[in-house]
Amino acid sequence: MKETDSYEAGPWRFVPAAVQAALFVWFCTFLPTASAGTPVDFIWQWVPALGIEAAFRIDALSLLFALLITGIGAICFLYAAEYFHADRRLKRLLTLMSMFAASMLILVLADDAITLFVAWELTTITSFLLVGYDHQKDDARHKAQQALIVTGIGGLALMAGLILMGSVAGTYRISEMGSFADHSLYLVMLGLVLAGCFTKSAQFPFHFWLPGAMAAPTPVSAYLHSATMVKAGVYLVARLTPQLGGTEVWTWTLTLVGAVTMVVASFWALRQTDLKLMLAWTTLMGLGTLMMGLGGGSYYAVGGALTFILVHALYKASLFLAVGLLDKGAGSREVDDLSGLRHAMPISFGIAVLAGASMAGLPPFVGFIGKELSYEGGLQTQTEEIFVATMSVIANALMFAAAGLVAIRPFFGQQKSKKETPKDPSIYMWSGPAILALLGLLLGLFPGGLDALITAMVEVVRGEPGAPEVKLWHGVNAALMLSLLTFAIGGVLFWGLPELRRSLTREEQRVPDSAAVYDVLLNALRDTASWTARTVQDGRMMSYLRATFITLALMVWAAIFFGSGNVARIDPAAPIFHWVIVAIIVACVIAIIFTGSRLIAITALGGVGSGIAVIFVLYSAIDVAMTQLLTEILIVVFVAVAFIKLPRAGTGALRIGDAIISAVLGLGITFAMLAVLGAGLERDVTQFFEANAYPEAAGRNIVNVILVDFRALDTLGEVAVVVIAGIAALAALRAGREVNK
Amino acid sequence: MNSIILNTATRVLVPVFIIVALMTLWRGHNDPGGGFIGGLLAAICVALYEKTFGVDEARRWLRLSPMMIAGLGLTAAIAGGLWGAVVNGAFLSGVWPFYASVDGSWEGLPVGSILLFDTGVFLVVVGVVSAILFALEEAGIPEDREEEDGVPQDREEGA
Repeated sequence: MKETDSYEAGPWRFVPAAVQAALFVWFCTFLPTASAGTPVDFIWQWVPALGIEAAFRIDALSLLFALLITGIGAICFLYAAEYFHADRRLKRLLTLMSMFAASMLILVLADDAITLFVAWELTTITSFLLVGYDHQKDDARHKAQQALIVTGIGGLALMAGLILMGSVAGTYRISEMGSFADHSLYLVMLGLVLAGCFTKSAQFPFHFWLPGAMAAPTPVSAYLHSATMVKAGVYLVARLTPQLGGTEVWTWTLTLVGAVTMVVASFWALRQTDLKLMLAWTTLMGLGTLMMGLGGGSYYAVGGALTFILVHALYKASLFLAVGLLDKGAGSREVDDLSGLRHAMPISFGIAVLAGASMAGLPPFVGFIGKELSYEGGLQTQTEEIFVATMSVIANALMFAAAGLVAIRPFFGQQKSKKETPKDPSIYMWSGPAILALLGLLLGLFPGGLDALITAMVEVVRGEPGAPEVKLWHGVNAALMLSLLTFAIGGVLFWGLPELRRSLTREEQRVPDSAAVYDVLLNALRDTASWTARTVQDGRMMSYLRATFITLALMVWAAIFFGSGNVARIDPAAPIFHWVIVAIIVACVIAIIFTGSRLIAITALGGVGSGIAVIFVLYSAIDVAMTQLLTEILIVVFVAVAFIKLPRAGTGALRIGDAIISAVLGLGITFAMLAVLGAGLERDVTQFFEANAYPEAAGRNIVNVILVDFRALDTLGEVAVVVIAGIAALAALRAGREVNK
Repeated sequence: MNSIILNTATRVLVPVFIIVALMTLWRGHNDPGGGFIGGLLAAICVALYEKTFGVDEARRWLRLSPMMIAGLGLTAAIAGGLWGAVVNGAFLSGVWPFYASVDGSWEGLPVGSILLFDTGVFLVVVGVVSAILFALEEAGIPEDREEEDGVPQDREEGA
């Protein structure tokens, strides 16, 4: 873009990163208490009438997520500030990312189910805005919408699930809910909550939106994928394990869905040539692994999953950012465009190798520890050990090959790049991913620091403490054997990668894709909507009036038939004066029906209204009568003005259909009125106002006192509606005027 | 319309209408009337004036644009509510600074937040009704018809 050429963002662009860093430090101060298993609560009243509180709890689980959100957030914000330093939209990007980070923090810290849900939806909306950041691009808009619809629908299910849980438990505080495993509605709750978690964390078959969400700028993708958005579903599954977990359904659902997601995703990851897309698919694989681990139930499975959250966040963020470095420094993300860059971009190379090694699960990186734990967990799972272990080995071997693809391919062989002189970008960009990559190594070498936190997290999730097990060397055991097997298969896969990718590309055509199903459903929805709009909204006043009156007639008659009141009899002994008024009204009605002249019709309509006003006067409802009379005058004026613009009136011939509708509705209303009279009057409310209007509101006119004092809020609302209606009428009339000119 | 009878009658009737409308607004708290009915009366007065002298003359006569009047009304109603919120701690609760209960009967000048609220309702009704009426008059009047009716051509807003 031309106008961005000369733009250079000021130092303010580092402020969000600094805020995140400060928050990170603040959260670090909670490490000792959380590791010791003591949660810290912050509670404010929000909607006390519904038992909803703004309740927040910092325990080991939420603390780890908060640290990831703020820590990786600080790095991604710094990186984004530099990556887009010459882009005028940087301010908007940083604002959106900050809003997203705030929503994510509220989500993981919330202890109140409703607070959590609100934050959950906020992350959906802010990530929608972030994915669709390049909103000029059709593709970005489409992908953002897809992410919004899929996660939004899941969000609705989640809301239902959480409200159900809250009303069964009698509290919305998650930490106060017991286990629902024996409740009769357990399956419903589980289904609804898992629907929310699976869509958010892109589990099969809702996985397709996540690679699509790659339309976001690189630093955003890094943030969404490593630390935040997609892990929200995993977080919630972990958070609700004490309430919903431990049953057969839970274990099997999570294991199967996680395993399928994991394997499907790792195959498709290898198919990609765009490194960013490839990393997106491996994120899916990671999410599948996490779900499977949380479903495993045993100490090792859960511990492995929770460790893997950290492991994955560290290497995924640094790899994403490293791909961004390649993109910026060498001009491309396509794996086939890049090779031999290790001398030109040594820092990027170092980061990619360190993070890639962790992703591959090589010792002594923290990735190895995570993988060992999950293998151990897989062997102790409450479902089928062989199944889980096989799936894990396949996925991890594919992951090993993918890690090689991103960490080795671009850096070895003949030097090749899109840019003439590829070089490492500035320190603002590489320092963050370098820290993350080194952390992966450091935590692997000295896992003791993690031990207490992971143990405390497992306790939060499983409700019982276990022995600390986060260490590099567990001795020669089955898990180690599986690791060696993984490396062997992974090495072969990496070696045969070009062939594998060719065959995957061939197969891709034949494999049914849930993104296609999504498109079909969405198109069907659009078609139905436009068909409905075309059919119902034909733009003719007569159709709308007919529909309205038919509906009204049906409702009134239904009320008469299903109601249980007595119908009052018409009193023939009423004063003659009353009968005269009725006769005038009837005469006016007949005139309206049969006249061919508009003037006569309008005047007669006024006659009907005035007659009714007189009836109000007879029954001492002076206020109502005055309103009726004045409104009647205005209606006549308005109708007269409007009629000037209308085409000449018809012949006045009776239209049978409309006559029937009128007769049915009119008779219905008449019967309804008689039924109301037959029901007898309850004077409680009247008596209250009669007694209190003067002493409390200083007014003798009860009607007016009700309007402006006792029920003034209603009046205020009505007045606001009148103003809005006025604005709408003006807009409609002005639009018509423009067309006519 | 160029009717001498209507012209003359309007000149006489309009002030009377306005006074009656304001009286209706004022007495509404104790007798039939109030902001809504008063507003309707005033709106009829505006309609009468508009039908006699035309839209543009009516706009000039009102000085403020109708939707501005409605907006002021809404503001006044909310202000009346906020007054109660500030003094009594409850939104829309009545405040009577010059009017108080002495031995069960109220004495003093009945001016307060309730009257302000009712005036707001009054203004909203006048504003919105006039706005729609004016817009309806101006919407798609065929050019020839306009001259026929003697309505001035020089519109403020134009097309």
